[in-house]
Amino acid sequence: MIEARNLTKVFHDKKRGEIRAVDKVSFTCRPGQVYGLLGANGAGKTTTLRLLATLLQPTGGGARVAGFDIAAEPERVRASVGFLATSTALYGRLTARETITYFGRLNGLSDAALTERIARLADDLDLHEFLDRRVEKFSTGMKQKTSIARTLVHDPAVLIFDEPTIGLDVMTARNIVRFVRDCRARGKTVIYSTHVMSEVEKLCDMVGIIHHGRLVAEGTLAELGQRYGQQDMEEIFIRAVGADTEEAA
Amino acid sequence: MNRHNIFTVYRKELRDSLRDRRTVMSMIVIPTLMIPGIMAVAIGVSTRAINKAREEVPTVMVLGGDDSPVLRAALAAHPKLHLVRTAANWKQRISDKQLRAVIDIPAGFDAALERGTPAEVKIYHYKGELRSGFAVGELRDFLNGYREKTVTARLVGRGLPAALVKPFEVRTENVAPPEKVGGNMIGGLIPYLFIILCFTGAMYPAMDLTAGEKERGTMETILCSPVARTDLVLGKFLMVLTASLTTAVISTVVLGVSIAVRVATLGDSGMAAAASSGMDMTLDPAGLLLVLAMVLPVAVLFCAVLLAVSLFAKSIKEASSYASPMIILIIIPAMMGLMPGVELNTRLALVPILNIALVSKELVSGVFHWHYLALIFGSTCAYAAVALAFCVHMFNRESVLFRS
Repeated sequence: MIEARNLTKVFHDKKRGEIRAVDKVSFTCRPGQVYGLLGANGAGKTTTLRLLATLLQPTGGGARVAGFDIAAEPERVRASVGFLATSTALYGRLTARETITYFGRLNGLSDAALTERIARLADDLDLHEFLDRRVEKFSTGMKQKTSIARTLVHDPAVLIFDEPTIGLDVMTARNIVRFVRDCRARGKTVIYSTHVMSEVEKLCDMVGIIHHGRLVAEGTLAELGQRYGQQDMEEIFIRAVGADTEEAA
Repeated sequence: MNRHNIFTVYRKELRDSLRDRRTVMSMIVIPTLMIPGIMAVAIGVSTRAINKAREEVPTVMVLGGDDSPVLRAALAAHPKLHLVRTAANWKQRISDKQLRAVIDIPAGFDAALERGTPAEVKIYHYKGELRSGFAVGELRDFLNGYREKTVTARLVGRGLPAALVKPFEVRTENVAPPEKVGGNMIGGLIPYLFIILCFTGAMYPAMDLTAGEKERGTMETILCSPVARTDLVLGKFLMVLTASLTTAVISTVVLGVSIAVRVATLGDSGMAAAASSGMDMTLDPAGLLLVLAMVLPVAVLFCAVLLAVSLFAKSIKEASSYASPMIILIIIPAMMGLMPGVELNTRLALVPILNIALVSKELVSGVFHWHYLALIFGSTCAYAAVALAFCVHMFNRESVLFRS
């Protein structure tokens, strides 16, 4: 479960002054649900997810992830979260097995538990062929599978995906989408940020549209379609963002 | 602080770094090749140059003295002087190093000696030039001997004993142990090398483990694991320290082996020749080990500063632009320790790097000033602790970790 309440992050830039990257964002994401965070580049999606993953500290508001407060218990939050983003790369000089083992150990898994977990992940994600090869020699697809295994090694209750399909070919992107669906089926709490409308339509149970750091619209696809009088996600997005821009003007 | 996590991070970083060619190069290959290389070049070249200069019979010109055939004949008969024909451009020829020195005999020198009136012989030379210096020494030795002979002849002529003008003899004898002599000569070079290699050994791993991780996108991956940032930085720090100390230890071993090989090659006579030319290679082994112990807190200081500075950078290139100029900051105090006349005192014992350079010079010479050693070790540990605390602080700052 993720509960964000008035989550705020303000950066201070010497040239641009105060930047409200995330501005009083509130939403709830329940287990067995995929919550899509939709927004243009620079809208505040990554900052929101980094706040939830405790990579950044909130300036205001707060959130509870898997029952833990992000400000008070950041390490317990991280132990309950699997975070996958295009910016979370792998160590090229380690093998896939060493990578998974490393993150497993940091998550407190015993050697016996790790052996069992790696065998399970290798079966599920079809890693056997390259498990003992160095990551630097991997194709994008192999890297993505290893990243997924790294994210899942501690079997987290909450999964955070930050634009995980950017720069991937169609086949690898489909694998990711399938993997997200699997997570939902297993009752995980999933938050998925993207600016690809088709992914939202395919995956998300709830959608939050974020613009200039603020959550401007939220609801199921059907609810949003009804509210904006559109069926196409792209049109819904444009309307939601446009309405916000007009309001701001 | 979670020791299990620190060790897990350390073990991973060690494995990762040992698979990185550049880290292995800076940690093992460079010191292994550099130390014997520097030893061979520095000692070999300077010993050869000094010995060659010593063996050379200096070319000397005599000005005047046409009416002093006795002195001229004595000069010509001296086996360690090569006299050349008098020429007007003698000054230029000294500058061009065709002549090592010129002796100017005043008119009527022989006659003046005969009469017992004082006369002045001048020697022209090129100050600072080694071979010219040797020629002056040779001429002085010759003239001193000639003067003594003249005095003795005069005393004997007057029926007086030669000891009349030589009431006592002066003899100098070295009491410093051989390692003291060696320590003064190449001992200064050893801590200098240790300090530089400790820094360069830590430099690449520090950049790779921080800015390199940011550049490759693995920093965010590790930050979203449950490991506490303090544990993460300590694990990384231990790896950088390992690299730095490995470089220092390898340098020490290679240095020891180089000296042993050099001693075995030269033999006793060669060692004596090297010692007489100021290149004694006998060092105090206990002192050498103490140098290594003194370098430990300096290595901690270097590693912490390098990690903190590199973490601030967004890429290895940027980190390198911050870290490289720091070498100058290291070299200057380390070099000051090499300068003659700069001696260890309480004030200098608090100046980082310079204090290690100075005390190390003493240590390899077999001189142990324990109060200075304690002061230097303590102050350097304090600086290192501050640097490490700063490094941990930097790792906890999101504006540094996610600088864009």
